Amino acid sequence: MKVYLVRRFLQSLLVLLGVSFVVFGILYLTGDPALVLMPPDATIEDIAKFREQMGFNDPFLVQYGRFLSGALRGDFGQSVRHGEPAFALVMERMPATLELSGAALVVALSLAIPAGIISAVRRNSLMDYVSTVIALLGQSMPTFWLGIMLILLFSVQLNVLPSSGRGGWQHMLLPAVTLGLFTTARITRLTRSGMLEVLNQDYIRTARAKGVSNPPVVWKHALKNAAIPIVTIVGIELGTLLGGSVITETIFAWPGVGRLSVQAIYNRDYPVVQAAVFMLSATFVLVNLVVDVLYTYLDPRIRLR
Amino acid sequence: MSTALPAIATAGGQSPPRREWLVFLGRLTRRRTALFGLIVVAVVILTSVAAPWLTPFDPVEQDIGERLKSPGARDAAARLHPLGTDHLGRDLLARVIYGARPALLVGFAAVVISGVLGMAAGLLGGYFGGWVDDVLMRLADVQLAFPFILLAIAVIGVLGPSLTTIIVVIGVSSWVVYARVVRAAVFSLREREFVQAAQALGSRDGRVLLRHILPNALTPWLVVATLDMARVIVIESALSFLGLGVQPPTPTWGGMLADGRVYISTAWWLATFPGLAILVTVLGINLFGDGLRDTLDPRLKV
Repeated sequence: MKVYLVRRFLQSLLVLLGVSFVVFGILYLTGDPALVLMPPDATIEDIAKFREQMGFNDPFLVQYGRFLSGALRGDFGQSVRHGEPAFALVMERMPATLELSGAALVVALSLAIPAGIISAVRRNSLMDYVSTVIALLGQSMPTFWLGIMLILLFSVQLNVLPSSGRGGWQHMLLPAVTLGLFTTARITRLTRSGMLEVLNQDYIRTARAKGVSNPPVVWKHALKNAAIPIVTIVGIELGTLLGGSVITETIFAWPGVGRLSVQAIYNRDYPVVQAAVFMLSATFVLVNLVVDVLYTYLDPRIRLR
Repeated sequence: MSTALPAIATAGGQSPPRREWLVFLGRLTRRRTALFGLIVVAVVILTSVAAPWLTPFDPVEQDIGERLKSPGARDAAARLHPLGTDHLGRDLLARVIYGARPALLVGFAAVVISGVLGMAAGLLGGYFGGWVDDVLMRLADVQLAFPFILLAIAVIGVLGPSLTTIIVVIGVSSWVVYARVVRAAVFSLREREFVQAAQALGSRDGRVLLRHILPNALTPWLVVATLDMARVIVIESALSFLGLGVQPPTPTWGGMLADGRVYISTAWWLATFPGLAILVTVLGINLFGDGLRDTLDPRLKV
């Protein structure tokens, strides 16, 4: 158990190291970070001076070491546009992104798990058919189109929900549904197939033969085992949600890290881009570490591997 | 597979491999949803190829006098705009039809790149195991730790958007799913008798991998490639939507949606139809991919 946790922790650190290397490398894609960071109308002398000042003439690994030690202290440099530390800008927006992703996850789980269970228990019923079609559409629908269509319907035509900004639950509803739909579809399909598999197993038949009535069999005996793959995918889906927030936040003008990073890319504000990519990836790695630790309690077989 | 029965003549006089293929197609098309998906995909491909013959309008030709006409409106020359016109007076149907081209092109090219990379990584990791496998799988972990779309826009933001950049960025960063399914298949294949027989006969690793293992690992790869194409098309339109895709005036579904978003309160059709085009295309590919998976190998979890 301890060995597994330690190994899993070291693995996460290794992944973060790889992430930091890629984030650092973003500036080097064109070969010269000074050209990327300086405004297009900068003179050759300015660029040369800037290059010397930022230490871009040092060996690559020395520069990476400097970036990494900065990143570990939360120092990604100053925002070119706002003149504030990039890290502070990102962390200021992080609660909004986590709030939106969390709400989307709640929407997804509270729709998908009941829908998946009912589909599996009442296989080939109208309910199963409807939820399967919705799940299929949900997996094929681009987030940004769904968002725009929801705005068209609820904000423009019916005028009942706000189309942008952050505030009460009314502001949260449309973005959370938009962001959560793909995850809802995935978890619905997974719950359905997981439940179908479990419901056909011997121990369920035994329970039924003992005279256990239907609801406890489904909710207690079957769901417990069907929940294992769902817990795993929740961790992975959080990555989808954090990534999807880039688009959803842009559509609904949600003041989070995703929108900040899209604006930073338009403004060529690369320290902010680096800080945003690094922090969102780090959040994802951390969540998956936590999920894996929880997992060992749900499924003792993992600990033994 | 290598267990074909060459000695048995078939009734129609056809050679066995051809018949096998027909039998497979028959089984696939008996699934109604897969058949529907196949037809949708075929229609989208044909439409994009035959675009110039399907609409009299040029997708980039502007006509400011005819801007923001609603669907079904006729212009001054009494020509019908079935889906209306956009904010520059361009025919929306023509743009939706031509918009299929960049979507399919990026989808296909990126899937080829990531498919080949993933196949190579999966074959090497699965066959050699040990440190080769460890290094590849840690790389996969790093790849998966990034919110994909964010990394893509950061890289394209630095390099500047172009068709090649988009294809390469999506292609290079999507290899992990392929690597995982191929690797899993190779793990079981390398223990099989025909592989061990080839090794015992003195075949070199490269030959064993390419001649004996690769053909048998192709099934899960093909299913992943089909389903991944749907994902890539959504990503391509997301990039275009953010202004980081194929640049105007080339019509892209995502770019049209971005335009439509500006006119959302006055011209609903601008954002609606390009999105429907994406939805129908992606749905068709997904249905076809699901059918392919269920027909080829129902146990496959992709």
